Amino acid sequence: MTDAVLDLQGVTKDFGDEVVTHVLKGIDLRIEAGELTALVGPSGSGKSTLLNLLGLLDRPTSGVLRVLGRDIAALDDTGLTELRGRSIGFVFQFHHLLPALSAIQNVMLPLSIAQGRTTAEHRALALEGLREVGLAERADERTMRLSGGQQQRVAIARALIGRPPLVLADEPTGNLDTATADEVFELLRGFNRRAKMAFLIVTHSPELAARCDRIVTLVDGRIVEDRAVRH
Amino acid sequence: MPIAVFLALQFLREGKAASGLVVAAVGVGVSVIVFLSALISGLQTSLIEKTLGSQAHVVVRPPEERARAVRGSAEGELVASNEQRPAQRVRSIVGWQRIMSELAADPAVEVVTPVVSGPGFAVRGTASKSVAVLGVDISSYVRVVEIDDRLQAGTLPRSGAEAAIGSELAADLGIELGDKLRLQAAGGRTELFTVSGVFRLGNREVDQRWVLVTLRSGQTLLDLVGGASSLELRIREVFSADRTAEYIVARTGLVAESWMSTNAELLTALRSQSASSVLIQVFVVLAVSIGIASVLVVSVVQKRREIGILRAMGLSRGRTTMVFLVQGGVLGLLGSVVGVSAGIAVAIAFRGAAVDARGEPLFPIEVEPTLALTSAAIAIATGLVAAVLPAIRAGRLDPAVAIRHD
Ligand SMILES: Nc1ncnc2c1ncn2[C@@H]1O[C@H](COP(=O)(O)OP(=O)(O)OP(=O)(O)O)[C@@H](O)[C@H]1O
Ligand SMILES: [Mg+2]
Repeated sequence: MTDAVLDLQGVTKDFGDEVVTHVLKGIDLRIEAGELTALVGPSGSGKSTLLNLLGLLDRPTSGVLRVLGRDIAALDDTGLTELRGRSIGFVFQFHHLLPALSAIQNVMLPLSIAQGRTTAEHRALALEGLREVGLAERADERTMRLSGGQQQRVAIARALIGRPPLVLADEPTGNLDTATADEVFELLRGFNRRAKMAFLIVTHSPELAARCDRIVTLVDGRIVEDRAVRH
Repeated sequence: MPIAVFLALQFLREGKAASGLVVAAVGVGVSVIVFLSALISGLQTSLIEKTLGSQAHVVVRPPEERARAVRGSAEGELVASNEQRPAQRVRSIVGWQRIMSELAADPAVEVVTPVVSGPGFAVRGTASKSVAVLGVDISSYVRVVEIDDRLQAGTLPRSGAEAAIGSELAADLGIELGDKLRLQAAGGRTELFTVSGVFRLGNREVDQRWVLVTLRSGQTLLDLVGGASSLELRIREVFSADRTAEYIVARTGLVAESWMSTNAELLTALRSQSASSVLIQVFVVLAVSIGIASVLVVSVVQKRREIGILRAMGLSRGRTTMVFLVQGGVLGLLGSVVGVSAGIAVAIAFRGAAVDARGEPLFPIEVEPTLALTSAAIAIATGLVAAVLPAIRAGRLDPAVAIRHD
């Protein structure tokens, strides 16, 4: 059996020292390469918390979490940072671009960070990435001057530039109007189909969830439903 | 470009206003350091030069006849009334030629020159003035006291019949070049000299009293044929004169006095001046580093989210720390460029303003390249040190907390 992109067994997450909140209460989940999965659930059910764990931004309280076959309990902070930089792309609801940088500088960041320096080659690849999301001609624009949908496209180009095997998107269309949300979602789906990257997308939109391969439903820190979607 | 440098520059550019203000603050601090150091070193150099302009580094004399120490310069000592000693007799250093060649062979010593000196009177017409007669070996004496550079007119004595005198003495007696001057030694001998030159060493006592003649004429006049009442030395390290003097005392049993002991008060003053300037510089550095640190602390708080994103994209803790360290260093660097330029400008302006009645600068104020480089290095180091705490805070930010949108 090949390694899954993600493999969780009995993962829990508590917050607080004196007043402990149990946010995730035993998650078992496997995500294979190239899967397009929607993560849905009511507000406060723990979706973002789970995504932070999967993105190696935080560690589980208990349970086993494997990313690309690596048990993360065995990794120190440096190891986590390196694995994260190499294998995971993030798209957040509030796009989180660096306003000081131009669109193309934002997109080239993951490559430059991985290599420790900026190069002309990174720029060329970033321009290619912007072309894929239809923004090549705005490459040198400061990102604050782009519209919300355009900013989210830049964020997607940035998340995908290194072709990470796993992309985590936390409500990537959350603050976009329906038409723009639709475009952005299709962009993500296109990448998933062409490049065989696994996507885990948190969404509150049932229509968008229905266009994924699989829907995982989280309620009160537990997975209550996990079903494949027939198209 | 290294990623940390790239991000640091972008962050600084984004916060243009804050960066500009800090650079200005660092610039002011650096210019204070540059100007103050240049001013003080110029002042001290000129004071020391003035002092050493009319004085040998070390003067060696015959041992005292009695244990009692008589302080003062050569002529003063001899004028001082002292009942125990045969009054107003100039004594020679016994075997001075041998001692002189021994001293000359010492690597610490640059030049040794023999001098006979004693009191006398300069008489012209009815006017008469008390003077100090110095018989010197001209060619080596000018290497100890650079009197040839301070000639106002004429030349130093070229023969036994010529004399050079201080400018104030010339004025007092109304003497011009080529005039005759009668010198009468305390011992009673009298000789007639032609004034060949007038010098001005800037030391009133010297300019009023010195009469310079050749060694041989001095010996004859002062009744000390073949003798030398002192040996005067220029040494290689000006500030080791006291040690050289001690060493000479130990080796020869003669009296040796360094310029440092005759000018002890001046040296103490210079030292405390240097100390207070160091203190001022320390406070400037402190103020500058607080300025840099505060801007970076604010920047780390403001950039929490960006730092979180960068960390999420794989920027390591160490590199995150570097981003802020580099910002500190760059602020220091830019500030030092501004500050060194401003310091040089102020120094030049000051040089134009601080002039004496004749428009000559009062003292040299020069911004040496080493001073500029040291100040720049201090500023950059200050920037780096000031950035340490904010940088560590940036590195410690928890990416999960930093990017949470609330
Ligand atoms: N760092 C934390 N410390 C304490 N409690 C936390 C922390 N992070 C999240 N929580 C709590 O965990 C619960 C789940 O939060 P989470 O953000 O994962 O929910 P969510 O499913 O993403 O909700 P939404 O749909 O509103 O984004 C909430 O009750 C929240 O208050
Ligand atoms: Mg959430």
